Amino acid sequence: MTPAPMVKAEAVHKNFGRLEVLRGIDLEVYPREVMCMIGPSGSGKSTFLRCINHLEKIDAGRLSVDGELVGYQQRGDKLYELGDDAVCKKRSEIGMVFQHFNLFPHMTALENLVEAPIRVKRESRAVAVERGRRLLERVGLGEKMHAYPKQLSGGQQQRVAIARALAMQPKLMLFDEPTSALDPELVGEVLDVMRGLAEDGMTMVVVTHEMGFAREVSDSLVFMDGGVVVEKGKPRDVLANPQHERTRSFLSKVL
Amino acid sequence: MSDITSGQRLGASPGPRPEAIKAIPVRHPGRWVSAILVLLVVAQVVYTILVQAGLKWEVVGHYLFQGLIRGGIVVTLELTVLAMIIGVALGIVLAVMRLSPNPVVSWVSWFYIWFFRGTPVLVQIFFWFNLNLVLPHLTLGIAGTPFYWRGPGTNSLITNFMAALLGLGLNEAAYMAEIVRAGLISVEQGQSEAAQALGMTRMLVMRRIILPQAMRVIIPPTGNETISMLKTSSLAFVAAVPELFTRGEQIASANFNVVELIFVVSTWYLFMTSILTVGQFYLERYFARGSQRELPTTPLQRLRRMLFTLHAPQPQPDLVAPGPAVPRSEHR
Repeated sequence: MTPAPMVKAEAVHKNFGRLEVLRGIDLEVYPREVMCMIGPSGSGKSTFLRCINHLEKIDAGRLSVDGELVGYQQRGDKLYELGDDAVCKKRSEIGMVFQHFNLFPHMTALENLVEAPIRVKRESRAVAVERGRRLLERVGLGEKMHAYPKQLSGGQQQRVAIARALAMQPKLMLFDEPTSALDPELVGEVLDVMRGLAEDGMTMVVVTHEMGFAREVSDSLVFMDGGVVVEKGKPRDVLANPQHERTRSFLSKVL
Repeated sequence: MSDITSGQRLGASPGPRPEAIKAIPVRHPGRWVSAILVLLVVAQVVYTILVQAGLKWEVVGHYLFQGLIRGGIVVTLELTVLAMIIGVALGIVLAVMRLSPNPVVSWVSWFYIWFFRGTPVLVQIFFWFNLNLVLPHLTLGIAGTPFYWRGPGTNSLITNFMAALLGLGLNEAAYMAEIVRAGLISVEQGQSEAAQALGMTRMLVMRRIILPQAMRVIIPPTGNETISMLKTSSLAFVAAVPELFTRGEQIASANFNVVELIFVVSTWYLFMTSILTVGQFYLERYFARGSQRELPTTPLQRLRRMLFTLHAPQPQPDLVAPGPAVPRSEHR
Protein backbone atom coordinates (compact mmCIF):
# COMPACT_ATOMS: atom_id res chain seq x y z
CA MET A 1 0.00 0.00 0.00
CA THR A 2 1.40 3.36 -0.97
CA PRO A 3 1.13 6.18 1.56
CA ALA A 4 -1.06 9.22 0.91
CA PRO A 5 0.74 11.84 -1.18
CA MET A 6 2.15 14.93 0.56
CA VAL A 7 1.39 17.08 -2.47
CA LYS A 8 -1.32 16.18 -4.95
CA ALA A 9 -2.02 18.33 -7.98
CA GLU A 10 -4.89 17.58 -10.33
CA ALA A 11 -5.31 19.63 -13.50
CA VAL A 12 -3.91 22.75 -11.83
CA HIS A 13 -4.38 25.87 -13.95
CA LYS A 14 -3.06 29.36 -13.30
CA ASN A 15 -3.15 32.45 -15.42
CA PHE A 16 -1.80 35.95 -14.96
CA GLY A 17 -4.36 38.02 -16.78
CA ARG A 18 -4.64 36.43 -20.22
CA LEU A 19 -1.32 34.64 -19.96
CA GLU A 20 -1.77 30.97 -19.12
CA VAL A 21 1.19 29.98 -16.95
CA LEU A 22 0.00 26.57 -15.76
CA ARG A 23 -2.14 24.54 -18.15
CA GLY A 24 -3.13 21.44 -16.26
CA ILE A 25 -0.50 20.07 -13.91
CA ASP A 26 -0.98 16.59 -12.50
CA LEU A 27 1.67 15.59 -9.98
CA GLU A 28 2.06 13.67 -6.77
CA VAL A 29 4.85 14.00 -4.26
CA TYR A 30 5.02 11.32 -1.57
CA PRO A 31 6.40 11.68 1.95
CA ARG A 32 10.22 11.47 2.07
CA GLU A 33 10.36 11.98 -1.69
CA VAL A 34 12.68 14.52 -3.26
CA MET A 35 11.29 15.84 -6.52
CA CYS A 36 13.31 18.10 -8.77
CA MET A 37 11.66 20.29 -11.36
CA ILE A 38 13.57 21.48 -14.39
CA GLY A 39 12.64 23.38 -17.49
CA PRO A 40 13.26 26.60 -19.38
CA SER A 41 12.43 29.90 -17.70
CA GLY A 42 8.80 30.81 -18.08
CA SER A 43 7.78 27.16 -18.10
CA GLY A 44 5.75 27.64 -14.91
CA LYS A 45 7.83 25.61 -12.45
CA SER A 46 8.34 28.48 -9.99
CA THR A 47 4.69 29.46 -10.26
CA PHE A 48 3.65 25.89 -9.47
CA LEU A 49 5.92 25.91 -6.43
CA ARG A 50 4.38 29.17 -5.21
CA CYS A 51 0.89 27.72 -5.67
CA ILE A 52 1.74 24.91 -3.23
CA ASN A 53 1.94 27.34 -0.30
CA HIS A 54 -0.71 29.64 -1.71
CA LEU A 55 1.57 32.56 -2.53
CA GLU A 56 -0.30 32.30 -5.83
CA LYS A 57 -3.97 31.36 -6.13
CA ILE A 58 -4.82 28.65 -8.62
CA ASP A 59 -7.62 29.31 -11.10
CA ALA A 60 -8.77 25.78 -11.84
CA GLY A 61 -8.09 22.24 -10.73
CA ARG A 62 -7.36 20.85 -7.29
CA LEU A 63 -4.19 21.21 -5.24
CA SER A 64 -3.80 19.64 -1.83
CA VAL A 65 -1.02 19.32 0.71
CA ASP A 66 -1.11 16.46 3.23
CA GLY A 67 -4.68 15.68 2.27
CA GLU A 68 -6.03 19.23 2.70
CA LEU A 69 -6.88 21.61 -0.11
CA VAL A 70 -4.58 24.64 -0.47
CA GLY A 71 -6.41 27.91 0.18
CA TYR A 72 -9.88 26.38 0.20
CA GLN A 73 -12.10 24.16 2.25
CA GLN A 74 -14.61 21.74 0.84
CA ARG A 75 -17.93 21.39 2.68
CA GLY A 76 -20.49 19.32 0.84
CA ASP A 77 -20.07 20.16 -2.81
CA LYS A 78 -19.23 23.81 -2.12
CA LEU A 79 -15.77 25.30 -2.00
CA TYR A 80 -15.07 27.97 0.64
CA GLU A 81 -12.12 30.30 0.45
CA LEU A 82 -9.93 30.13 3.56
CA GLY A 83 -9.38 33.22 5.70
CA ASP A 84 -6.01 34.84 6.33
CA ASP A 85 -5.46 32.97 9.62
CA ALA A 86 -6.19 29.54 8.15
CA VAL A 87 -3.95 30.18 5.14
CA CYS A 88 -1.14 31.32 7.46
CA LYS A 89 -1.53 28.20 9.57
CA LYS A 90 -1.10 26.00 6.48
CA ARG A 91 1.87 28.00 5.27
CA SER A 92 3.58 27.63 8.63
CA GLU A 93 3.79 23.87 7.96
CA ILE A 94 5.53 24.35 4.61
CA GLY A 95 9.06 25.70 4.41
CA MET A 96 10.14 27.77 1.44
CA VAL A 97 13.58 28.83 0.24
CA PHE A 98 13.86 31.60 -2.33
CA GLN A 99 16.29 32.33 -5.12
CA HIS A 100 17.28 35.64 -3.54
CA PHE A 101 17.33 34.28 0.05
CA ASN A 102 15.03 37.08 1.31
CA LEU A 103 16.54 37.04 4.78
CA PHE A 104 15.27 39.82 7.02
CA PRO A 105 18.17 42.30 6.83
CA HIS A 106 17.34 44.08 10.09
CA MET A 107 17.72 40.88 12.10
CA THR A 108 20.75 38.75 12.90
CA ALA A 109 20.94 35.18 11.60
CA LEU A 110 19.58 33.80 14.87
CA GLU A 111 16.81 36.42 15.05
CA ASN A 112 15.81 35.43 11.51
CA LEU A 113 15.43 31.86 12.74
CA VAL A 114 13.45 32.49 15.91
CA GLU A 115 11.08 35.18 14.61
CA ALA A 116 8.40 32.93 13.14
CA PRO A 117 8.54 30.16 15.78
CA ILE A 118 7.99 32.78 18.49
CA ARG A 119 5.45 34.97 16.73
CA VAL A 120 3.55 32.38 14.69
CA LYS A 121 3.84 29.16 16.68
CA ARG A 122 4.02 31.00 20.01
CA GLU A 123 6.98 29.00 21.18
CA SER A 124 8.92 30.23 24.18
CA ARG A 125 12.03 32.23 23.30
CA ALA A 126 14.27 29.72 25.06
CA VAL A 127 12.96 26.78 23.05
CA ALA A 128 13.14 28.69 19.76
CA VAL A 129 16.66 29.98 20.43
CA GLU A 130 17.86 26.52 21.38
CA ARG A 131 16.56 25.02 18.14
CA GLY A 132 17.83 28.03 16.20
CA ARG A 133 21.35 27.47 17.51
CA ARG A 134 21.25 23.79 16.65
CA LEU A 135 20.00 24.49 13.14
CA LEU A 136 22.64 27.13 12.47
CA GLU A 137 25.29 24.70 13.65
CA ARG A 138 23.81 22.05 11.43
CA VAL A 139 24.17 24.25 8.33
CA GLY A 140 27.70 25.06 9.46
CA LEU A 141 27.07 28.60 10.64
CA GLY A 142 27.30 28.25 14.40
CA GLU A 143 29.93 30.99 14.37
CA LYS A 144 27.71 33.44 12.48
CA MET A 145 24.77 33.34 14.89
CA HIS A 146 24.86 37.09 15.54
CA ALA A 147 25.90 38.29 12.10
CA TYR A 148 23.53 40.37 9.99
CA PRO A 149 22.70 39.01 6.52
CA LYS A 150 24.75 41.76 4.82
CA GLN A 151 27.84 40.47 6.62
CA LEU A 152 27.41 36.98 5.13
CA SER A 153 28.31 35.60 1.70
CA GLY A 154 25.53 34.52 -0.63
CA GLY A 155 26.06 30.86 0.18
CA GLN A 156 25.99 31.56 3.90
CA GLN A 157 22.81 33.63 3.51
CA GLN A 158 21.09 30.82 1.67
CA ARG A 159 22.11 28.32 4.35
CA VAL A 160 20.61 30.65 6.98
CA ALA A 161 17.46 30.87 4.83
CA ILE A 162 17.21 27.07 4.76
CA ALA A 163 17.72 26.95 8.52
CA ARG A 164 15.04 29.63 8.93
CA ALA A 165 12.54 27.49 7.03
CA LEU A 166 13.52 24.41 9.03
CA ALA A 167 13.03 26.29 12.30
CA MET A 168 9.28 26.02 11.74
CA GLN A 169 9.65 22.22 11.62
CA PRO A 170 7.88 21.93 8.27
CA LYS A 171 6.56 18.69 6.82
CA LEU A 172 7.43 19.83 3.32
CA MET A 173 10.21 22.03 1.93
CA LEU A 174 9.97 24.03 -1.29
CA PHE A 175 13.13 25.32 -2.97
CA ASP A 176 12.78 27.95 -5.69
CA GLU A 177 16.07 27.94 -7.63
CA PRO A 178 18.06 28.05 -4.37
CA THR A 179 21.48 28.24 -6.05
CA SER A 180 20.73 30.40 -9.10
CA ALA A 181 21.80 33.67 -7.47
CA LEU A 182 25.06 32.26 -6.11
CA ASP A 183 28.64 32.49 -7.32
CA PRO A 184 29.63 29.10 -8.77
CA GLU A 185 32.09 28.41 -5.96
CA LEU A 186 29.35 28.88 -3.33
CA VAL A 187 26.78 26.54 -4.92
CA GLY A 188 28.34 23.41 -3.39
CA GLU A 189 27.88 24.42 0.24
CA VAL A 190 24.15 25.01 -0.27
CA LEU A 191 23.65 21.78 -2.18
CA ASP A 192 25.47 19.90 0.59
CA VAL A 193 22.97 21.19 3.14
CA MET A 194 20.08 20.19 0.87
CA ARG A 195 21.60 16.76 0.32
CA GLY A 196 21.80 16.26 4.09
CA LEU A 197 18.18 17.27 4.41
CA ALA A 198 17.15 14.74 1.75
CA GLU A 199 19.09 11.99 3.53
CA ASP A 200 17.19 12.81 6.73
CA GLY A 201 13.96 12.03 4.92
CA MET A 202 12.57 15.53 4.35
CA THR A 203 9.93 15.77 1.62
CA MET A 204 11.29 18.27 -0.87
CA VAL A 205 10.21 19.92 -4.11
CA VAL A 206 13.19 21.60 -5.75
CA VAL A 207 13.08 23.87 -8.78
CA THR A 208 16.65 23.86 -9.99
CA HIS A 209 19.11 24.08 -12.83
CA GLU A 210 21.64 21.87 -11.02
CA MET A 211 21.42 18.71 -13.09
CA GLY A 212 24.11 16.99 -11.00
CA PHE A 213 22.08 17.52 -7.84
CA ALA A 214 18.92 16.35 -9.59
CA ARG A 215 20.63 13.19 -10.77
CA GLU A 216 22.24 12.25 -7.46
CA VAL A 217 19.73 13.36 -4.86
CA SER A 218 16.23 13.38 -6.31
CA ASP A 219 13.85 10.45 -6.43
CA SER A 220 11.88 11.85 -9.32
CA LEU A 221 12.56 14.43 -11.98
CA VAL A 222 9.95 16.53 -13.72
CA PHE A 223 10.56 18.43 -16.92
CA MET A 224 8.14 21.28 -17.49
CA ASP A 225 7.61 23.41 -20.54
CA GLY A 226 4.85 25.79 -21.59
CA GLY A 227 2.86 25.28 -18.40
CA VAL A 228 2.60 21.49 -18.62
CA VAL A 229 4.58 18.51 -17.37
CA VAL A 230 6.29 17.16 -20.44
CA GLU A 231 8.07 14.30 -18.82
CA LYS A 232 8.38 12.73 -15.39
CA GLY A 233 10.42 9.80 -14.19
CA LYS A 234 13.49 8.53 -12.42
CA PRO A 235 16.16 11.22 -12.78
CA ARG A 236 18.68 8.87 -14.39
CA ASP A 237 16.14 7.75 -16.97
CA VAL A 238 14.95 11.22 -17.85
CA LEU A 239 18.44 12.66 -18.07
CA ALA A 240 20.02 9.76 -19.92
CA ASN A 241 17.13 8.72 -22.07
CA PRO A 242 14.53 11.46 -22.52
CA GLN A 243 11.37 10.32 -24.27
CA HIS A 244 10.29 13.65 -25.68
CA GLU A 245 11.94 15.78 -28.30
CA ARG A 246 11.40 18.95 -26.19
CA THR A 247 13.17 17.37 -23.21
CA ARG A 248 16.00 16.20 -25.42
CA SER A 249 16.63 19.63 -26.91
CA PHE A 250 16.49 21.32 -23.44
CA LEU A 251 18.90 18.83 -21.94
CA SER A 252 21.28 19.11 -24.87
CA LYS A 253 21.60 22.82 -24.07
CA VAL A 254 22.12 22.55 -20.31
CA LEU A 255 24.11 19.33 -19.86
CA MET B 1 50.49 44.90 -26.20
CA SER B 2 52.76 43.15 -23.79
CA ASP B 3 54.11 39.73 -24.41
CA ILE B 4 51.56 37.17 -23.36
CA THR B 5 54.23 34.92 -21.85
CA SER B 6 54.89 37.55 -19.19
CA GLY B 7 51.79 36.07 -17.54
CA GLN B 8 54.14 33.85 -15.58
CA ARG B 9 54.39 36.65 -13.04
CA LEU B 10 50.71 36.20 -12.13
CA GLY B 11 50.21 35.06 -8.57
CA ALA B 12 53.75 36.04 -7.60
CA SER B 13 54.36 38.66 -4.93
CA PRO B 14 54.03 42.26 -6.12
CA GLY B 15 57.13 44.07 -7.39
CA PRO B 16 58.98 46.83 -5.55
CA ARG B 17 56.90 49.91 -4.74
CA PRO B 18 57.92 52.86 -6.90
CA GLU B 19 58.65 56.28 -5.41
CA ALA B 20 55.54 58.24 -4.31
CA ILE B 21 54.28 60.76 -6.91
CA LYS B 22 55.50 64.32 -6.43
CA ALA B 23 53.63 66.70 -8.73
CA ILE B 24 52.76 70.38 -8.65
CA PRO B 25 49.11 70.52 -7.55
CA VAL B 26 46.42 72.18 -9.68
CA ARG B 27 45.85 75.82 -8.71
CA HIS B 28 42.38 76.79 -7.49
CA PRO B 29 42.07 80.57 -7.94
CA GLY B 30 38.26 80.35 -7.67
CA ARG B 31 38.58 79.30 -4.04
CA TRP B 32 40.58 82.38 -3.16
CA VAL B 33 38.22 84.72 -5.00
CA SER B 34 35.13 83.23 -3.36
CA ALA B 35 36.78 83.28 0.07
CA ILE B 36 37.51 86.99 -0.25
CA LEU B 37 33.96 87.73 -1.45
CA VAL B 38 32.40 85.78 1.41
CA LEU B 39 34.67 87.49 3.90
CA LEU B 40 33.59 90.91 2.61
CA VAL B 41 29.89 90.06 2.88
CA VAL B 42 30.30 88.61 6.39
CA ALA B 43 32.25 91.68 7.52
CA GLN B 44 29.51 93.96 6.19
CA VAL B 45 26.74 91.98 7.92
CA VAL B 46 28.57 91.84 11.26
CA TYR B 47 29.36 95.57 11.06
CA THR B 48 25.72 96.36 10.32
CA ILE B 49 24.42 94.27 13.20
CA LEU B 50 26.97 95.35 15.77
CA VAL B 51 27.50 99.01 14.92
CA GLN B 52 24.79 100.38 12.61
CA ALA B 53 21.70 98.57 13.91
CA GLY B 54 21.77 99.96 17.41
CA LEU B 55 20.52 96.71 18.94
CA LYS B 56 20.22 96.89 22.70
CA TRP B 57 22.42 93.93 23.56
CA GLU B 58 21.71 94.23 27.26
CA VAL B 59 18.00 93.64 26.42
CA VAL B 60 18.90 90.57 24.37
CA GLY B 61 21.09 89.30 27.21
CA HIS B 62 18.41 89.96 29.79
CA TYR B 63 15.60 88.17 27.98
CA LEU B 64 17.66 85.27 26.62
CA PHE B 65 17.28 83.36 29.90
CA GLN B 66 14.30 85.21 31.33
CA GLY B 67 11.52 83.19 33.00
CA LEU B 68 8.77 83.95 30.49
CA ILE B 69 10.99 82.92 27.57
CA ARG B 70 12.04 79.75 29.40
CA GLY B 71 8.36 78.92 29.98
CA GLY B 72 7.72 79.53 26.29
CA ILE B 73 10.46 77.11 25.34
CA VAL B 74 8.83 74.40 27.46
CA VAL B 75 5.46 74.95 25.79
CA THR B 76 7.06 74.93 22.32
CA LEU B 77 8.77 71.63 23.09
CA GLU B 78 5.54 70.15 24.48
CA LEU B 79 3.64 71.18 21.38
CA THR B 80 6.31 69.84 19.06
CA VAL B 81 6.67 66.48 20.80
CA LEU B 82 2.94 65.88 21.24
CA ALA B 83 2.04 67.02 17.71
CA MET B 84 4.75 64.75 16.26
CA ILE B 85 3.54 61.80 18.35
CA ILE B 86 0.02 62.33 16.99
CA GLY B 87 1.39 62.87 13.50
CA VAL B 88 3.61 59.77 13.43
CA ALA B 89 1.13 57.42 15.12
CA LEU B 90 -1.82 58.53 13.03
CA GLY B 91 0.40 58.75 9.93
CA ILE B 92 1.44 55.09 10.27
CA VAL B 93 -2.18 54.04 10.71
CA LEU B 94 -3.24 56.09 7.67
CA ALA B 95 -0.40 54.70 5.54
CA VAL B 96 -1.26 51.10 6.42
CA MET B 97 -4.92 51.88 5.74
CA ARG B 98 -4.01 53.43 2.41
CA LEU B 99 -2.25 50.21 1.35
CA SER B 100 -5.01 47.97 2.69
CA PRO B 101 -6.78 45.64 0.26
CA ASN B 102 -10.03 46.81 1.90
CA PRO B 103 -11.23 49.57 -0.50
CA VAL B 104 -13.35 51.38 2.13
CA VAL B 105 -10.43 51.71 4.53
CA SER B 106 -8.09 52.79 1.75
CA TRP B 107 -10.53 55.40 0.52
CA VAL B 108 -11.06 56.86 4.02
CA SER B 109 -7.30 57.33 4.29
CA TRP B 110 -7.17 58.98 0.88
CA PHE B 111 -9.93 61.38 1.88
CA TYR B 112 -8.24 62.30 5.17
CA ILE B 113 -4.96 63.07 3.45
CA TRP B 114 -6.72 65.03 0.72
CA PHE B 115 -8.56 67.17 3.28
CA PHE B 116 -5.86 67.86 5.86
CA ARG B 117 -3.09 68.38 3.34
CA GLY B 118 -5.29 70.59 1.26
CA THR B 119 -6.05 73.22 3.88
CA PRO B 120 -3.50 75.51 5.62
CA VAL B 121 -2.38 74.55 9.16
CA LEU B 122 -2.96 78.10 10.30
CA VAL B 123 -6.59 77.85 9.23
CA GLN B 124 -6.95 74.45 10.89
CA ILE B 125 -5.63 75.75 14.22
CA PHE B 126 -7.95 78.71 13.93
CA PHE B 127 -10.84 76.36 13.20
CA TRP B 128 -10.31 74.24 16.34
CA PHE B 129 -9.80 77.42 18.37
CA ASN B 130 -13.17 78.80 17.26
CA LEU B 131 -15.16 75.58 17.10
CA ASN B 132 -17.17 76.49 20.21
CA LEU B 133 -18.78 79.39 18.32
CA VAL B 134 -20.91 76.96 16.32
CA LEU B 135 -20.72 73.88 18.56
CA PRO B 136 -20.92 74.80 22.24
CA HIS B 137 -21.22 71.13 23.29
CA LEU B 138 -19.86 67.97 21.79
CA THR B 139 -22.77 65.70 20.86
CA LEU B 140 -23.23 62.22 19.45
CA GLY B 141 -26.33 60.82 17.75
CA ILE B 142 -29.60 62.54 16.84
CA ALA B 143 -31.25 65.02 19.23
CA GLY B 144 -34.70 64.05 20.52
CA THR B 145 -34.09 60.31 20.12
CA PRO B 146 -32.74 57.84 22.71
CA PHE B 147 -29.59 57.71 20.63
CA TYR B 148 -28.28 61.05 21.79
CA TRP B 149 -25.35 61.91 23.96
CA ARG B 150 -24.42 65.40 25.01
CA GLY B 151 -20.77 65.68 26.03
CA PRO B 152 -18.84 68.33 27.89
CA GLY B 153 -18.58 71.88 26.60
CA THR B 154 -16.33 72.32 23.61
CA ASN B 155 -14.31 75.02 25.33
CA SER B 156 -13.53 72.88 28.35
CA LEU B 157 -12.33 70.07 26.08
CA ILE B 158 -10.59 72.04 23.36
CA THR B 159 -8.46 74.47 25.33
CA ASN B 160 -6.15 76.86 23.54
CA PHE B 161 -3.33 74.34 23.80
CA MET B 162 -5.57 71.52 22.52
CA ALA B 163 -6.70 73.63 19.57
CA ALA B 164 -3.10 74.21 18.53
CA LEU B 165 -2.19 70.58 19.17
CA LEU B 166 -5.12 69.26 17.10
CA GLY B 167 -4.35 71.64 14.25
CA LEU B 168 -0.66 70.79 14.16
CA GLY B 169 -1.00 67.04 14.88
CA LEU B 170 -3.84 66.19 12.50
CA ASN B 171 -2.21 68.17 9.71
CA GLU B 172 1.12 66.49 10.35
CA ALA B 173 -0.53 63.06 10.20
CA ALA B 174 -1.50 63.67 6.58
CA TYR B 175 2.12 64.44 5.63
CA MET B 176 3.52 61.60 7.74
CA ALA B 177 1.09 59.17 6.08
CA GLU B 178 2.66 59.93 2.71
CA ILE B 179 6.18 59.61 4.12
CA VAL B 180 5.38 56.28 5.79
CA ARG B 181 3.65 55.00 2.65
CA ALA B 182 6.75 55.77 0.58
CA GLY B 183 8.81 53.87 3.15
CA LEU B 184 6.53 50.83 3.13
CA ILE B 185 6.52 50.66 -0.65
CA SER B 186 10.33 50.85 -0.72
CA VAL B 187 10.70 47.49 1.05
CA GLU B 188 11.36 44.69 -1.40
CA GLN B 189 8.44 42.42 -2.31
CA GLY B 190 10.49 39.31 -1.44
CA GLN B 191 10.55 40.34 2.21
CA SER B 192 6.82 40.10 2.65
CA GLU B 193 6.74 36.87 0.61
CA ALA B 194 9.38 35.27 2.81
CA ALA B 195 7.49 36.35 5.92
CA GLN B 196 4.19 35.08 4.53
CA ALA B 197 5.79 31.77 3.61
CA LEU B 198 6.72 31.39 7.29
CA GLY B 199 3.04 31.69 8.16
CA MET B 200 3.05 35.27 9.39
CA THR B 201 -0.26 37.15 9.12
CA ARG B 202 -0.58 40.40 7.19
CA MET B 203 -0.46 42.55 10.31
CA LEU B 204 2.50 40.63 11.73
CA VAL B 205 4.41 40.98 8.45
CA MET B 206 3.72 44.71 8.48
CA ARG B 207 4.72 45.21 12.12
CA ARG B 208 7.76 42.95 12.38
CA ILE B 209 9.22 42.88 8.85
CA ILE B 210 8.06 45.75 6.64
CA LEU B 211 7.82 48.67 9.10
CA PRO B 212 11.25 48.19 10.72
CA GLN B 213 12.87 48.15 7.28
CA ALA B 214 10.78 51.08 6.08
CA MET B 215 12.08 53.06 9.07
CA ARG B 216 15.38 53.64 7.30
CA VAL B 217 13.51 55.46 4.54
CA ILE B 218 11.02 57.08 6.94
CA ILE B 219 13.44 58.48 9.55
CA PRO B 220 15.28 61.19 7.54
CA PRO B 221 12.14 62.99 6.30
CA THR B 222 10.57 62.54 9.75
CA GLY B 223 13.53 64.32 11.32
CA ASN B 224 12.97 67.01 8.77
CA GLU B 225 9.29 67.16 9.72
CA THR B 226 10.16 67.43 13.43
CA ILE B 227 12.50 70.33 12.79
CA SER B 228 9.81 71.92 10.67
CA MET B 229 7.22 71.29 13.40
CA LEU B 230 9.37 73.00 16.02
CA LYS B 231 9.14 76.18 13.99
CA THR B 232 5.56 75.70 12.72
CA SER B 233 4.41 75.42 16.35
CA SER B 234 4.85 79.20 16.47
CA LEU B 235 1.52 79.32 14.60
CA ALA B 236 -0.06 78.40 17.95
CA PHE B 237 0.27 82.16 18.39
CA VAL B 238 -3.20 82.53 16.77
CA ALA B 239 -4.70 80.34 19.51
CA ALA B 240 -2.97 82.44 22.18
CA VAL B 241 -0.89 79.48 23.35
CA PRO B 242 2.01 80.84 25.44
CA GLU B 243 4.77 79.19 23.41
CA LEU B 244 8.15 80.74 22.62
CA PHE B 245 7.12 83.08 19.83
CA THR B 246 3.92 84.20 21.60
CA ARG B 247 5.93 85.03 24.73
CA GLY B 248 8.50 86.98 22.74
CA GLU B 249 5.77 88.90 20.97
CA GLN B 250 4.00 89.66 24.25
CA ILE B 251 7.17 90.98 25.85
CA ALA B 252 8.00 93.03 22.74
CA SER B 253 4.57 94.62 22.58
CA ALA B 254 5.05 95.77 26.18
CA ASN B 255 8.57 97.20 25.87
CA PHE B 256 8.82 97.84 22.09
CA ASN B 257 12.15 96.00 21.79
CA VAL B 258 10.77 93.98 18.89
CA VAL B 259 13.98 93.16 17.03
CA GLU B 260 15.82 92.30 20.23
CA LEU B 261 13.13 89.76 21.10
CA ILE B 262 13.10 88.37 17.56
CA PHE B 263 16.81 87.88 18.12
CA VAL B 264 16.20 86.07 21.41
CA VAL B 265 13.45 83.86 20.01
CA SER B 266 15.43 83.00 16.86
CA THR B 267 18.48 82.08 18.92
CA TRP B 268 16.42 79.54 20.84
CA TYR B 269 14.75 78.09 17.73
CA LEU B 270 18.17 77.72 16.12
CA PHE B 271 19.60 76.09 19.23
CA MET B 272 16.73 73.60 19.47
CA THR B 273 16.78 72.65 15.78
CA SER B 274 20.55 72.10 16.06
CA ILE B 275 19.98 69.63 18.91
CA LEU B 276 17.36 67.84 16.80
CA THR B 277 19.80 67.56 13.90
CA VAL B 278 22.25 65.71 16.14
CA GLY B 279 19.48 63.46 17.42
CA GLN B 280 18.48 62.61 13.87
CA PHE B 281 22.03 61.49 13.06
CA TYR B 282 22.01 58.93 15.85
CA LEU B 283 18.50 57.74 15.02
CA GLU B 284 19.44 57.16 11.39
CA ARG B 285 22.54 55.34 12.52
CA TYR B 286 20.47 53.04 14.71
CA PHE B 287 18.08 52.10 11.91
CA ALA B 288 20.92 51.59 9.44
CA ARG B 289 21.99 48.44 11.29
CA GLY B 290 21.93 45.45 8.99
CA SER B 291 21.81 47.58 5.87
CA GLN B 292 25.44 48.57 5.89
CA ARG B 293 28.45 46.44 6.69
CA GLU B 294 29.82 49.21 8.87
CA LEU B 295 27.85 51.95 10.56
CA PRO B 296 28.89 55.54 9.86
CA THR B 297 31.22 56.84 12.56
CA THR B 298 29.86 59.24 15.14
CA PRO B 299 31.57 62.65 15.48
CA LEU B 300 33.02 61.43 18.79
CA GLN B 301 34.53 58.37 17.13
CA ARG B 302 35.91 60.53 14.35
CA LEU B 303 37.48 62.90 16.89
CA ARG B 304 39.03 60.01 18.77
CA ARG B 305 40.39 58.49 15.57
CA MET B 306 41.78 61.85 14.51
CA LEU B 307 43.57 62.34 17.84
CA PHE B 308 44.87 58.79 17.71
CA THR B 309 46.27 59.11 14.21
CA LEU B 310 47.85 62.46 15.10
CA HIS B 311 49.90 60.74 17.78
CA ALA B 312 50.60 57.61 15.81
CA PRO B 313 53.72 57.55 13.64
CA GLN B 314 52.85 58.58 10.10
CA PRO B 315 53.67 56.11 7.36
CA GLN B 316 56.70 57.29 5.44
CA PRO B 317 56.88 55.27 2.26
CA ASP B 318 59.90 57.21 1.02
CA LEU B 319 62.02 55.90 3.85
CA VAL B 320 60.92 52.31 3.40
CA ALA B 321 63.46 50.36 1.47
CA PRO B 322 61.95 49.10 -1.79
CA GLY B 323 61.20 45.44 -2.00
CA PRO B 324 58.18 43.24 -1.38
CA ALA B 325 59.60 41.64 1.75
CA VAL B 326 59.23 44.78 3.88
CA PRO B 327 55.78 44.97 5.51
CA ARG B 328 54.05 48.27 4.96
CA SER B 329 52.48 50.29 7.70
CA GLU B 330 48.85 49.47 8.45
CA HIS B 331 47.95 53.13 8.94
CA ARG B 332 46.02 55.05 6.40
